[in-house]
This record gives sequence, C-alpha cells and structure tokens, in this order.
Amino acid sequence: MDIVIGLIRNVLEEGFIYGIMAVGVYITYRVLDLPDLSVDGTFPLGACVTAALIRAGVNPWCALLIAFICGAAAGCVTGLLHVRLRITDLLSGILVMISMWSVNLVITGGSAVVQFYNKATIFNSGIAALFKGDLRVWRVLILVALVCVVVKLLLDLYLRTKSGLLLRSAGDNPQYVISLGRDPGTMKIIGLAIGNGCTALAGSVLAQQAESANIQSGTGMVVMALAAVIIGTNIFRKARFVKATTAVIFGSILYKACLVIAMQLGLPTNYLKLLMAVIFTIALVTNDMLGRRKKQNGHSN
Amino acid sequence: MATQINCDTGFVGLRHIKKTFNPGSVNEVVLFTDFNLEIPKNQFVAVVGSNGSGKTTMLNLLCGSVPADSGEITIGGRDIMRLKEHQRSKFIGRVFQDPSKGTCPELTILENMALADNKGLSYGLSRGVNKKRVDYYRSRLELLRLGLEDKIHLPVASLSGGQRQALALLICTMTPLDLLILDEHTAALDPRSSETVMELTDRLVKEKNLTTLMVTHNLKYAIGYGDRLIMLHRGGIVLDVSGENKSALHTKDLTDKFNEISIEDGN
Repeated sequence: MDIVIGLIRNVLEEGFIYGIMAVGVYITYRVLDLPDLSVDGTFPLGACVTAALIRAGVNPWCALLIAFICGAAAGCVTGLLHVRLRITDLLSGILVMISMWSVNLVITGGSAVVQFYNKATIFNSGIAALFKGDLRVWRVLILVALVCVVVKLLLDLYLRTKSGLLLRSAGDNPQYVISLGRDPGTMKIIGLAIGNGCTALAGSVLAQQAESANIQSGTGMVVMALAAVIIGTNIFRKARFVKATTAVIFGSILYKACLVIAMQLGLPTNYLKLLMAVIFTIALVTNDMLGRRKKQNGHSN
Repeated sequence: MATQINCDTGFVGLRHIKKTFNPGSVNEVVLFTDFNLEIPKNQFVAVVGSNGSGKTTMLNLLCGSVPADSGEITIGGRDIMRLKEHQRSKFIGRVFQDPSKGTCPELTILENMALADNKGLSYGLSRGVNKKRVDYYRSRLELLRLGLEDKIHLPVASLSGGQRQALALLICTMTPLDLLILDEHTAALDPRSSETVMELTDRLVKEKNLTTLMVTHNLKYAIGYGDRLIMLHRGGIVLDVSGENKSALHTKDLTDKFNEISIEDGN
C-alpha cells in the first residue's frame, strides 16, 4: 500500500511541476496558436540559473522569480525572431532552443550537471521547515502544488485584464487587435515571454527538488507540455466550469500517470521518450478526430 | 455626368497614388498610375465598381494593409503614408465583408466592447471589463434592436453573421474616428440582416457625423445612402456625383454606365 501511495505522490509531484510549464505552454499553443519549441531550452535554463543562484547563497524563492525572468527573456528572443525578423514560429523556437544549450553551459561554468546538496531550497528551508513528522514526506507535493496553483491563478487573473483580453484576441483574430490600434506581434512576444517564463520556473522547481541541475533535462519538454495541454483541454472540453488552466494541470498529472504506469508494468527506461512521443501522437490524433466531429455537428445544425 | 475629379480641400486625401502588383513579373498588374481622391469632412461616400476596378485596393492603401508605391495619403491634414496598419487604426475604423473579422469570437460581447472602449488608451494590467461601463454598453447594444443587450456574457462566436456584423459596426464606432471604412460590409449577409446593418450604418454615421467611405456591390445601397457616389474602373474614377445629381440617380443609370464600360472593354 505504501508503495502505491508513494507512486501516487510521485505522479502528483511531477504532474504539478510539469503542470507549471503546461499552463505556460497553454498560453502559447492554445491561446496564441504558436507551437513554441524553445521550451526545450528554457526548461534547463531555469534549472541552471537556479543552481548557480543557490550555490551563490541566494534565497531559493528569489531564485524561482529570477528563473522566471530569465525564461521570459529567452521567450522574448523567440518572439522577436518570429515577429520582428519574420522567421517562422517553429524555426524561431529551434534557434532559441539550440542557443540555450550554450547559454546554459556558460551559466553552469561548463559542466553538464551541477549539484547543490545541503544548500537551502524551497523544500528544506523557510515554510518547508514547518512540515514535521508524518507531513514531511508530503512537503514536496504540498509546495509544488502551491507554486503551481499560484501560477495558475495569476495567469487566470492576467487573462481577464485588458492586456490579457488583447492577448486572447491576438490568437483568435489578429485583425481585431490591429483595428484596436495595437500590434498583434507585440502580444505574441508577451505570450511567448509568459510561456517560457513558466517553463523556466518549472525547471527551477524541479532543480530545487532534485538539488541538482542537468543541462540535458530539457529534452522532450515540448512534447510533454503539448501533450499535457492537449490531453487536459480535450478531457474537459465539455465541462465549461473547469478553467482551461486547471484542465491543463490535470492533463499534466494524467500524462505523468501514464508514464509511471508504463514503467511499473515493466517498460524499460530506454523506451521512455518513445512512449512520450507515442502518447503525444495519440493525444494529437484524438484531438483532431474530436475537432472534426465537432465541425460536422456544427454543419448539421 | 462628366468624368471629373473632385478637388475640394480634402479631409481625406489620396494624391498621385501609384500601385503596381507583382512588378517585373509575368503577373504584373498596373492598377493605379495617378489616382486622386479628396473627401471633405463628414461626407459619406459610396463606391461602386466591377471586380478588379481597385475598390478594395483603395481601402487597403488607406488602411495600410497594402503599401502604395508612391503618392501621398493624408487624413485630417496629417501624412499617414509611413504609419503601420495598426497605427492608422487609431483614427480609421474598418468593417470588413467577413463578419468574423470585426470582433474576437472567443471573447464575450461584453469583453469585446470593453476592449474596443479602451482603444487609444493603454492595455495594461487593470481589469479588462470596467463594471461601471456595463450599463453604457447595454444602452449601445439596445440601439441594434437585436436583443444582444440580454446576451452580453455570450461569446461572440455564438452569434449569427448579421448580429456579429451589427456588433462589429457598433464596436468600430465606439471611439472617435476620422474615417470609417465599410468594405462590402453587407455582402456576406442575408437580405434581411443586410437591410438591418445598412440602416444601422446610416444611423451611426449620422449620429456621429462620420466621414465614411463605403464600398458596395449593392447599387440600391450606393444610391440610397450617402452624399456622394463614385464609380471606379481600372484604377480610375469614371463617375463622381454628389448632391442633387446623386439624388436624381437611378439604379438603371448605374447599370447603363457599367454596360458602357464593359463595351469599351470589348466584352
């Protein structure tokens, strides 16, 4: 029983951590309709920045914030490449993803893995110290859920502000943004900054939990985030009372659960990324089928 | 009805406009070689013309969605040639043929109106919908007589084409405009919605005293509405009537003119 609870806890912890990234990617992929590949580079960016800061003795909560800002800056670069230099969205993402590799190596001082054991992280200092006894094993889950929910609520709030409404219009009908006297390109840049900021934040949280940063930790993040977004929004497609941001976090947890179940059933670790791709493909195809059915129903009405 | 170019001091002015599409290629199309149009303030101009006559290009040049090769475009005395499309939108309002272009379908009616109400101000982190303005939005929606005032929390995507176009028109004219551009804005609607939208257009233009440029294929509307009528053909103005001459105009006069042009073309 303990093993099962442990597994569930593990799924939830990782689900929430990657959920932070998924709500960010929801903004770029679903709201703005931009498939942003730079998250593969900004996720480890968040981790590496955090490692460097924590080793330097910076407060771990500040490290989260700085990681977010660094990710947002990288997102701005993707946006500028795409919007101002008119490079396609996919290529802009790839360019930033590749360049992050070097940036991350510079930040870590050339090593692929940076450890910071026994340093203060959000999981062992500050409010984490309040969790004693039986609660101790749950502290990671409680903290990651807290960060994830706060990010989600802030994004929900943002999407209802003037800027947020304009961002939603930029994805839905750029011509409308133009008629309001605004440049939809600027809104795309803001969206990419938010998306990559959240991704770097997720990277920072993961690094603090593992007490180490790995510059290779970004591989497959695009796939994971997009799968979470698509699974989440499809499952809750009919449920209007569930906010899309909430749905996306559930999507992330569910996706992680699928991976853990497969591992528990004896799938060798080497096949993990392949499995990730397969689940993503299934999610994409179902998404397409559901979309087509919706369209057909729409016509018959 | 001689071909003439109205040279009143123009509030809106297109002068010596040159525009060639795909220059230097086999698909080269020379549309405007020396196009001139002056529109005085508060005038409502209807524009007719066959396909390819340059109507839509003229609107695109004004809005900035297509750049002119050379010439001068002024609105209210300022040169707007170098302004980008979204910068020109601050004082030019445009309603498109496609009703879905003038609003954001995913947002509610209320959110759409709140966004439009804020045009010209900054779009920052304050609450998107100002609760104090909701009653005002409702009163504006009542003008449409479509019952939309009771549906303000519905996404615009759930409205019909006619409702959307009426809303787009209302939204477009919420903030002060120097020029209202109507780009075949009733063409995609059924006859009844089309009448409703056209009536609404007339009411709004009169209420706000808007300088208006309306492109239409509907000759009845071109004759029935507006102070001046222009017919374009191959990038030139072939008919320009206003005042009493326009009131005396019949649909048949226009169809005759169209036929005359086609004969010249050898069709």
